Amino acid sequence: MLNSIEDLKKIRDNGQGLLFLRKNTGTESVKREILVCAGTGCHSARSKEIVENFNEELGKRNLSDKATCHITGCFGFCEKGPIVKIFPDDVFYTEVTEKDVDEIISTHIIEGKKVERLLYVDPKTSQKIDTQHHMDFYGKQNRIALRNCGLLDPEKIEEYIANDGYLALAEIITTKQPIDVVNTLKDSGLRGRGGGGFPTGSKWGMTLRSISEEKYMVCNADEGDPGAFMDRSILEGDPHSIIEAMAIGGFAIGANKGVVYIRAEYPLAIKRLKIAIEQAKAFNLLGKNILNSGFDFELDIKYGAGAFVCGEETALIQSIEGHRGEPVSKPPYPSESGLFGKPTCVNNVETLANIPVIFQKGPEWYSSIGTEFSKGTKVFALAGKINNVGLVEVPMGITLREIIYEIGGGIKGGHAFKAVQTGGPSGGCITEKDLDTPIDYESLSKIGSMMGSGGMIVMDEENCMVDIAKFYLDFTVEESCGKCTACRIGNKRLLEILNRITQGKGELEDLEKLHTLSETIKDTSLCGLGQTAPNPILSTMKFFEEEYRAHIVDKRCPSGVCKELLRYVISDACIGCTKCARVCPTDAIVGKVREKHVIDQEKCIKCGSCYTACPVKPIKAVQIV
Amino acid sequence: MCNLSQNPKIQELDAFIAKINAKESDLIEVLHHAQNLFGYISEELLGHISEKISVPKAKIYGVVSFYSYFTTEPRGKNVINVCMGTACFVRGADKILREFESQLRMKTGETSIDGIFTIDSLRCVGACGLAPVVMVNDKVYGRVETGDVRRIISECEV
Repeated sequence: MLNSIEDLKKIRDNGQGLLFLRKNTGTESVKREILVCAGTGCHSARSKEIVENFNEELGKRNLSDKATCHITGCFGFCEKGPIVKIFPDDVFYTEVTEKDVDEIISTHIIEGKKVERLLYVDPKTSQKIDTQHHMDFYGKQNRIALRNCGLLDPEKIEEYIANDGYLALAEIITTKQPIDVVNTLKDSGLRGRGGGGFPTGSKWGMTLRSISEEKYMVCNADEGDPGAFMDRSILEGDPHSIIEAMAIGGFAIGANKGVVYIRAEYPLAIKRLKIAIEQAKAFNLLGKNILNSGFDFELDIKYGAGAFVCGEETALIQSIEGHRGEPVSKPPYPSESGLFGKPTCVNNVETLANIPVIFQKGPEWYSSIGTEFSKGTKVFALAGKINNVGLVEVPMGITLREIIYEIGGGIKGGHAFKAVQTGGPSGGCITEKDLDTPIDYESLSKIGSMMGSGGMIVMDEENCMVDIAKFYLDFTVEESCGKCTACRIGNKRLLEILNRITQGKGELEDLEKLHTLSETIKDTSLCGLGQTAPNPILSTMKFFEEEYRAHIVDKRCPSGVCKELLRYVISDACIGCTKCARVCPTDAIVGKVREKHVIDQEKCIKCGSCYTACPVKPIKAVQIV
Repeated sequence: MCNLSQNPKIQELDAFIAKINAKESDLIEVLHHAQNLFGYISEELLGHISEKISVPKAKIYGVVSFYSYFTTEPRGKNVINVCMGTACFVRGADKILREFESQLRMKTGETSIDGIFTIDSLRCVGACGLAPVVMVNDKVYGRVETGDVRRIISECEV
């Protein structure tokens, strides 16, 4: 139970030993700390069992004074998980399994030598990289929102406090006025990281100005963009920073109640957040009369139930109230009349994660990072056909090329880059010619995409852009709440046209129809979902019109993805081994031994088994045309 | 009502409703709890909740049918979910889904007659580094290839 800022500082000072080895990498020490990533990717790859094995083995060998093992938040390098990092050596082991625990202890902890075979191999140089700060993946990153992920144990509040946690909150509620807090945030230039990019300080200011006995601070943790997982990683790896930011926000806007609206599909994040809330309450950093300052702030968790549209703030508020998550028209804005009709401020997880550190280091520090109108950093979930899938946090103004080729390590399997999609189902694709654009809110809009929540999906020549547009549209059709006719029916029609095109039944007029209908849907939908739903079609049509035409005119899918447009044929290279005929499930292949085989196109179901079975090298006799 | 009232789980649900003193704004929380206990929201269960928290059945049905997390049909013992998030999709999740459909001779969204399997797809479990991802109940399989499908099915409890 802490009663003053001095009490908090005492806990922080006493806890310095907890983080000494982690913050002083490279120092000589007889003691080591083993940190194991417990983010979603690594957790799915059995990192929990790895931690248990370490602790059991260290105990058995009486090595507790030589090394300890903890969990930590996402290192971001999900491609090569599970990740194990050894402090203070800064050694980064990748793709560790439970079987490797014994060797890491024997070789690294006891003998002090690195386990060479678990080190990361740079794909460009084929060199083994021994320390984290030598990895290209981390070279251009600036981890602010993710500052504690991969450093602290998310289930220990003492570690968060030892790293200056809750100090910003303590100072604000004991020495500042709400308007000062709002102004500081305005000066920092922080903008909403959930997609819209609205200045966060202005949002707080508007809610502060609304007069009401009761107000709400809401955290939007309903991360819906399929392929974006930064909010989840932050909640799992650093839940206390969200709690601290919510309480600071509550003080600034005059709210004593906060709600975290989180996806029910994120059980690990929910568990860690619950633990963190209980700890914060026990330390008197949440609840009644925080640190004896007179400020009360209660925090509740509400669960989403799988509706993408609930990421829209008015729909989210509807959902918290127990209704269908349908957006309502603005004004009135939530800052005037939001949750239960009270002034409400809704901020996204990543936005909040930036806030405690802005108050610790000052708005000038934060606004020195980034571009003129987009300050600070942005976390991107890099995924798709890229070597280093993972979470990266980069300063605004970096180019897409730097992210994809330097941090991301280039395209997987040596394939050619085709496009990168940002902004998820609301965004657009960006091609080679725009890769040198510095990333910020405005420049991404200018090239036909958007920042969105930070999903960044890389595609290579094997991805069909009509198929990708269809994929996103299929998503929005399913997720449309049905309130606006244009979105409910219009998007369905768009999807039907795309389906026809990918089945080889498209007509040239379809291109015009797609255009007109897309523009209408954008103009006549109420919320962001409908207004942006046709974007993937418009941007793929803009950059890859020849691909659409190939589907429509030549009845051909240049990437070989659209099944109905493929034909399997056997070339003269056939050696007559009969392998293809034997695997064919519909007996569509006929031919004698050692003679060329033929596929009966009527019977062929295009399953591809013959293609897989064909042993002819280097070019298979079975060909896809 | 007779079947439901004999089910001990209903007492657990009632206790939960009483504990949080559930109002209309707690509807989604109550539904989450009910689905965790029963596996799905049957019409009977829906009626029971309606009486307990004094919210019309039509309104509850509207909420249940709106959110994809809630289901009104019983699910199989092994719910096979193929992630169809973008990262998994561009790495070929649709092929994995088709392979499950053809091996189990069922369509996505269906449950086998013996109640052992349900095939479904979901949007992003956040393990994009392991794409494509398949979840069987709570167990995650990463970097799945079509060749792994048979093994995943054979590992399911029958």
